[in-house]
Amino acid sequence: MKKTESHSAFIRFIGLEKSFGEKTIYKGVDLAIEKGETMVVLGGSGTGKTVMLKMLLGLMHPDAGQVLFDGKDVVPMNDEEILQVRRRVGMLFQGGALFDSLSVAENVAYPLREHFDYSEEELAKIVGEKLELVGLPGIEEMAPSDLSGGMKKRVSLARAIATNPEVLLYDEPTTGLDPTNIRRIDNLICDMQKKLNVTSIVVTHDIQSAFRVADRIALLYNGKIDFVGTKSEAKNSDHEVVRAFLSGEMDDVEPSASKSKREPVKAKAVKS
Amino acid sequence: MALKRGKNGRNGNGGGKRIHEEILETSHKVLERTWLDFFGEIGRNTLTLFEYLGGLWKLAVHTLYCLFRYPFPFRAFVEQCEFVGVKSLSLIALISVFTGMVFSLQFAVGLGRFGLKIYIGNIIGLAIMRELGPVLVCLMLAARVGSGIAAELGSMVVTEQVLAIEALGANPVHKLVLPRVLALTISAPVLATIGSIIGVIGGMFITIMEAGVTARFYFDQIRRTVEMEDYFSGMAKTLFFGFFIGLIACYQGLKTSGGTEGVGKSTTYAVVITSLMVFVADFFLTKLLLLL
Repeated sequence: MKKTESHSAFIRFIGLEKSFGEKTIYKGVDLAIEKGETMVVLGGSGTGKTVMLKMLLGLMHPDAGQVLFDGKDVVPMNDEEILQVRRRVGMLFQGGALFDSLSVAENVAYPLREHFDYSEEELAKIVGEKLELVGLPGIEEMAPSDLSGGMKKRVSLARAIATNPEVLLYDEPTTGLDPTNIRRIDNLICDMQKKLNVTSIVVTHDIQSAFRVADRIALLYNGKIDFVGTKSEAKNSDHEVVRAFLSGEMDDVEPSASKSKREPVKAKAVKS
Repeated sequence: MALKRGKNGRNGNGGGKRIHEEILETSHKVLERTWLDFFGEIGRNTLTLFEYLGGLWKLAVHTLYCLFRYPFPFRAFVEQCEFVGVKSLSLIALISVFTGMVFSLQFAVGLGRFGLKIYIGNIIGLAIMRELGPVLVCLMLAARVGSGIAAELGSMVVTEQVLAIEALGANPVHKLVLPRVLALTISAPVLATIGSIIGVIGGMFITIMEAGVTARFYFDQIRRTVEMEDYFSGMAKTLFFGFFIGLIACYQGLKTSGGTEGVGKSTTYAVVITSLMVFVADFFLTKLLLLL
């Protein structure tokens, strides 16, 4: 819990507020992520987990609050400054978001072409290395449409790590995959942390996967981070929402609908 | 309520008066609500229109900014020129030749009534160069290319590819919008020129058959009637049409939301709005060019 309040954290979300029309998704989100750790953000669908990742990349702005990356607020940054942040952050999108019109090699080389000035030989070498790292060597010339769901995610991961980022963001990395591929992606997330020493934020609703990859777990509920703790703290927590979420009994309801009911529990969680 | 009271009120004069007043009051209220709804709807639609125009303006400014701010996207531009220009050529040739032919047929009937069949060439030349060539070619571009662009960009939006471009450090307007808008702006006058020439040639075959003139006579008439000013007034319009077909199709694609259904809607709107734009803007541009 102390880590959450750390002022030296590598990434910090402070008092984030965000609404889409009538719907308020953040009512003061606070979360701190230390360098080198894997933070899993759990939450039901529609709670705005992905929005946090988009805010860190400057793809979306909060209505209020700060997003600190390495001590600097991302929100007021201009194009040049945000580009420097994006160079240091890689993101794996939910569906892979590979460019259909480009080959696998061109997809992986895309961020390298944007940020650096490598020769074609150097690009081919890096692309080959990254594809090997995700366990897909030799598929450079294939088209994204020829790949399976799991392969798409792995190629997307290869693209995300192409620039050797310091931070990796995973948006629902295991959604829509079969158990074998889920395992494979989980292992890759752990591998990336070990081999590349990256800081990772994994947004998911897959609890088993979360426990396999996380150093710490945060629960986004009712527009706020309701719980932050290690895996064992989460497992042993008497926090009502955490227990409900982990046992899969929590209804996929609008968080605000049960606000009054959850209020005392939240206070307990902050205390813990 | 009014009916109930009406029943009771049949027996007395006071009741009848009350019914009358109530009916009047209710009808006033209904009228008032209808007028409010009517003006509310007008207000909402006006706001939507201005919002749309504002979005288009913003995208146009951003596109021009990208043209000067970033390196020219040469590869993407050439690819788009191939998609917009080269791949539209056969379609445009086909519609142009048949338009020229059918107009010759119709003019043969119309002018034949006055014994003026030999002047078909003059009218065909003027009509195709000034109006039919540019407008029909741009309508075809709106249908074929506009729908393609809106569907492609719409799919990219819903599969988060546009967000990925941004997350990977690139500018989606520079990567996607600029090459498409430029390719359309440049391809439209070129295709309209080719289409107009093919249309005139199509007209020639029918004129020879219907009016019994020679090919040389036909072209001689066109040469004497059609001036460079006619050609340029037609082509100036295609520059405008090309730019706005590209811009509207890209805008519609980028504002797609709601999954695959949203892609379908964006594509339909892109075709409808670009086609309407061609017809409406054609009148005003023609008037403007006549004044200049």
